[in-house]
Amino acid sequence: MIPAFGSGWLTLLYKELLRFWKVSFQTILAPVLTALLYLLIFSHVLESRVSVFDGRVAYTAFLIPGLVMMSVLQNSFANSSSSLIQSKITGNLIFVLLPPLSPLDMFAAYVLGAMIRGIVVGLGVYLVTAAFAPLSMPHPLWALAFALLGSAILGTLGLIAGITADKFDQLAAFQNFLIMPLTFLSGVFYSIHSLPPFWQTLSHFNPFFYMIDGFRYGFFGLSDIAPETSLGVVGIFCLGLTALTLFLLQRGYKLRH
Amino acid sequence: MTPAVEIVNVARRFGTIQALAGVDLAVEAGEFFGLLGPNGAGKTTLISILAGLTRADAGAARVLGHDVVEDYRNARRLLGVVPQELVFDPFFSVRETLEIQSGYFGIRDNDDWIDEILHHLDLTARANANMRALSGGMKRRVLIGQALVHKPPVIVLDEPTAGVDVELRQSLWAFIRKLNRDGHTIILTTHYLEEAEALCGRIAMLKSGKVVALDTKRNLLSSFAGLTVRLTADMLPEAWQSRVVREEDGTYLLSLASYAELERLLAALRESSATIAELSLQEADLEQVFLRIMARHH
Repeated sequence: MIPAFGSGWLTLLYKELLRFWKVSFQTILAPVLTALLYLLIFSHVLESRVSVFDGRVAYTAFLIPGLVMMSVLQNSFANSSSSLIQSKITGNLIFVLLPPLSPLDMFAAYVLGAMIRGIVVGLGVYLVTAAFAPLSMPHPLWALAFALLGSAILGTLGLIAGITADKFDQLAAFQNFLIMPLTFLSGVFYSIHSLPPFWQTLSHFNPFFYMIDGFRYGFFGLSDIAPETSLGVVGIFCLGLTALTLFLLQRGYKLRH
Repeated sequence: MTPAVEIVNVARRFGTIQALAGVDLAVEAGEFFGLLGPNGAGKTTLISILAGLTRADAGAARVLGHDVVEDYRNARRLLGVVPQELVFDPFFSVRETLEIQSGYFGIRDNDDWIDEILHHLDLTARANANMRALSGGMKRRVLIGQALVHKPPVIVLDEPTAGVDVELRQSLWAFIRKLNRDGHTIILTTHYLEEAEALCGRIAMLKSGKVVALDTKRNLLSSFAGLTVRLTADMLPEAWQSRVVREEDGTYLLSLASYAELERLLAALRESSATIAELSLQEADLEQVFLRIMARHH
């Protein structure tokens, strides 16, 4: 007779949250400080030189949502990827593989944990930078939708990176040669209308651009691309990555040998 | 009655190495079962397949009738595994580690059982210590606690006493024996053959991915009934030289098949007027049985 058990995925989520909370100086405060430094330096240097949305938005105000979203994305990726690769390399992933957790349980716990860290850091960045420029946020639900989808995508990408990487070096390559360039070249620091036509076209192939542009729409009611289009692109990207990750987890790729 | 563990023609290859080549095993509920074999015999691969950590190329594995692939949720709920590697999560304390592991199985408010585990594993005083601060032996005991936290009816211990000192090893075995008496099925792999001999009722021996012996401990010992005789004498008749395993300064170590053969040896010594200075006997133990079986399947 098997006794009635509940699902274990909530505990895995709790473990993921406890894990980053125990080192919150590194996982929350440090990225908030980094974003603040970006704001101080870039706004000081570029405030009077860069015009965005035809001068309707001050550069510092334009920069803040970009930095918030960049922090959300980078920290969501960092959480799931570092948690999984550390567990794989130290061998303690066995504690997650032995219990009756389904692929969906694992996916939900790791991605939700990553989303929560990303959004907590994003909120922190918003709180410390909001005083530098007036922000009205006329469409908060759009901002929320892109924050949730963006963090889910990066949490999922982090999970894929953690599953496929065999060592920290490979994970660092994933982060430095894929995530960082795509984030920095997504319009965090500029509007793509300020770019030459070739780079404008190329930016449309960067899914991170849609996340940041859509998120920024929530703050200003202005964007480079219609928010509905961005939401569609980001939504499809999220579904595709989710399907890929569930497939990898189902197969036990590089987890169950 | 449904076997606690059933392994049916399980095979697994890693590259050019055939780790398991068609293993069949059944462990009955309530048994204390030993799984022995040299390094690379396939013991850990077999346990990994049972635990769902490794996929078999062919065959099936079941825990209390639940297939480890098709019905993995129930199979894993019924199984507790102590892994061979000394692994831990450095972010958490001992109690947190056990609570989290309990939660993975969907069990909350498990404090009474966790306290009991901590007590039996002599970890109560270190319950709030971070895992990094523990000695190797203590980390090993936490691993055992993690395997028991969901009260599994089938417990697999893969080299559980490696690195654990003698005193703690005794208390650990007392606890495992108690679990077995309470009805838990225990499957043990160990390199300490005297432990397997003292604890296990039935034993399987693996070599190169195959089961080369599977019987009760009593039958294994009696089928290889033999005596080792240590004899110090001024001479040994020529006919008995072939039974000498080792000779050193007039002391012969002889391997005999039975007490009847010992009788014949003594008669031969009397007839040749040899002077016996010292003679002692040692019955076959599991280590000798193990070595002979392994040598036979070279």
